[in-house]
Amino acid sequence: MNGSDMIERLATGINGFDQVALGGLPRWRTTLVTGSTGSGKTLFAVEFLARGIVRSGEPGVFVTFEETPDDLRRNWASLGFPIRQWESEGKWVFVDASADFEEAPVVGAYDFGALAARIGHAARRIGAARVVLDSLDAVFTRFAEAGVVRHELARIADSLEDAEVTSVITAERANEYDHVSRYGVEEFVLDNVIILRNVLANERRRRTVEIVKMRGAAHRTGEWLFTIDPRDGFVVIPLAFLVPPFARASQVRVSSGNTELDQMCGGGFFKDAIILLTGPSGAGKTLTCLKFLAAGLAAGERCLAFTFDESREQVRRNSAGWGIDLDSAEESDLLRVVCDYPEVASLEDHFIRIKRAIEEHKPERLVIDTLSALERIVSPRALLDFVIALGAVVRQHGITTLLTSAPAGRFTPQLTPSIAGEIASLTDATVTLRYFEYGGEVRRAIAVMQTRGSGHDQSIRQVTIDSDGMHITEPVAGIAGILSGAVSVPAQDRQADPPAPGSAQPDG
Amino acid sequence: MTVYSFRLYVAGQTGRSQAAEANLRALCESHLPGGYELVVIDAAEQPGLAEEQRILATPAVIRLAPLPQRRVIGDLSDHQRAAYALGLPERPGPTRQGDEE
Repeated sequence: MNGSDMIERLATGINGFDQVALGGLPRWRTTLVTGSTGSGKTLFAVEFLARGIVRSGEPGVFVTFEETPDDLRRNWASLGFPIRQWESEGKWVFVDASADFEEAPVVGAYDFGALAARIGHAARRIGAARVVLDSLDAVFTRFAEAGVVRHELARIADSLEDAEVTSVITAERANEYDHVSRYGVEEFVLDNVIILRNVLANERRRRTVEIVKMRGAAHRTGEWLFTIDPRDGFVVIPLAFLVPPFARASQVRVSSGNTELDQMCGGGFFKDAIILLTGPSGAGKTLTCLKFLAAGLAAGERCLAFTFDESREQVRRNSAGWGIDLDSAEESDLLRVVCDYPEVASLEDHFIRIKRAIEEHKPERLVIDTLSALERIVSPRALLDFVIALGAVVRQHGITTLLTSAPAGRFTPQLTPSIAGEIASLTDATVTLRYFEYGGEVRRAIAVMQTRGSGHDQSIRQVTIDSDGMHITEPVAGIAGILSGAVSVPAQDRQADPPAPGSAQPDG
Repeated sequence: MTVYSFRLYVAGQTGRSQAAEANLRALCESHLPGGYELVVIDAAEQPGLAEEQRILATPAVIRLAPLPQRRVIGDLSDHQRAAYALGLPERPGPTRQGDEE
C-alpha cells in the first residue's frame, strides 16, 4: 500500500527528533519504540506526552504497565514536567496497569476488554490526542499466554488508531543488534518502528535513535546520535539539516582583530562565516582567537568562547599578556568564557552545552579552541557530526565563528589527517598557520584559503609575533611546500636573500 | 455462616461475559447455596470501577469476602479449577456422593 502523500505527521516536540522523522510521527497511527534496558524508551514516551502538552496543549494518556504513576510523577519532575499539575488540569491521565500484586490464576478464556475500556474512557474524558503504553514486556511477564496477549494488544493498538489518537508503544529488546523486540511485538505494530540503542564504544556510551520503518512516509535513515540531557531531556543531534545552507549569506564584513589578516581575507571575515584556524601549538592560534574576541568586544558585540585546552587562569594570564582584559568584559556581560575539559562530558553533551550557551548568551562571535582537544574523546566521524551540528546552530543565528584545530605535532604540517579536510569543506574560510625552516631559522607563515564568494590574498605570507601581537608581512617568495610540509627552495632562488619581515603588502 | 461476596468484571455483553456470569452463578449455587452475593460490573459501562481495581483482563472475579481477597481471570469454564482458585468450600450434601470411589 502506498499512501506517502496521505500520511499526516504529528510533531512530537522531542528535541531534534522531528527533523530526523521529517516532520514527526504518523498522525493517528501507532509507533513502536524498542530498545534495551536503559536505552531511553520511557523517557521518549514521557516526553511524547509532555511535549505535546507544553507545545500545543494536546492532552495525553499514559498507560503504565511497569512503573507506578507515583514513581513516574517523581522521576520526571526533574525534567520540569509537572505531571501532577497536568493531571489536575485534565491534560494528563494515568491508566495504572502496573502490578504490585501477584497476578491472578487464569481459568478459561479471557481478553483485555477492561484495559481497552479503561484506555478508551481515559482518552475520551480528556479528549486525548496522544496515548502511550509503557512497556508491553511487563504484560507478557504477567500473562503466560503470549499469543493471547499479542492478539489483545494488537486489538488495543487498532482501537487507538480508530479513535484518532497518535500513540507510542514501548517494548524491550534483548540485544542491541538483533530482533526488534523480545516478545515479537513488532508482529502487530508493523508500520512504524523506532529503535533506541545504548552501546559502549571506545569506553564511552553512545546513544542512537534509528527509524527502522515508517509506513509509506519519508524519514531519515541510519542511526542518529542522541543524548539525555538533565535539563532538555531527549535531544537528537546533529541538527545540521535544520537550516538551509547559506540561506541568507551576509555580505557584511567584520574585523578578525588583525588588520593584515582582514586585508588577506578581502576586508575582514563575513559576519555569518565559520572560519577554521589550523596550526600547530605555539603558531598563534590562541592569540588570533583572543584578538578576534577583543575586536568583537571593541565593536560592542556579544562574544562567547569555549576553550577545551586551558584553564580559566591560563586564559586570563594569556589575554592579560596581550593587553586584553577579559574579566571586565565578562563582568559587563558582553563576554562569556567557558573553560571545560573535553573528558568531563560526552561530545553530545558538549554540543548541548554550547548550543545552550549560544541561546542564553546570544553572541555575535563564537570561538571554539580547539576542536583537536575534543577529538581526544571521540571518533573523527563523531567530531565531524559535531561540527555539522554546530554549523547549523551558528548559521541559524548568523554568528561569526572561529574554530581552531591543531595538527598532530608542532612540525607536522598536515592537519589532523582524519577529517580535517571534511571539516574545512564545511567552513567558509580556512586560515592556516605553519612553521617552516629557512636559513637555519624557524619561521611562521600564514595562508588564507577558500573564502566564500570574495577575492582574497592567495599568497603565503610570513608572520611574526611580538609583544603587540601578530604581524603579517610580505609573501614568502621562493619557497615551495610550506603547507604540504615538504619545504624546498627552487634552484633559481638559492642565491636570493631569505624573505625578511617587513611592512604588510596587501594586494586583496 | 460465612457469606461469600464476589465482583465479576466483564467488558461488554459478549458471549464470554455471559459464559463467565453463568459459570460463576452455577458454581455459587452448587458450592454456596444461598450464602453468597454477586455483583456484575461491566467495565465498558463503568470503567472507573475497573480502574479502581486495576482490572486489565476480563472476565475477572474478585472474591471480596471472606478475606483474604482472591482474584481469578477467565470465563471459569473449568468449574473444578475455578472452585479451587476461588477457595470455595466442598459442595454440600448428596451431590458429592457420585464422586466417591
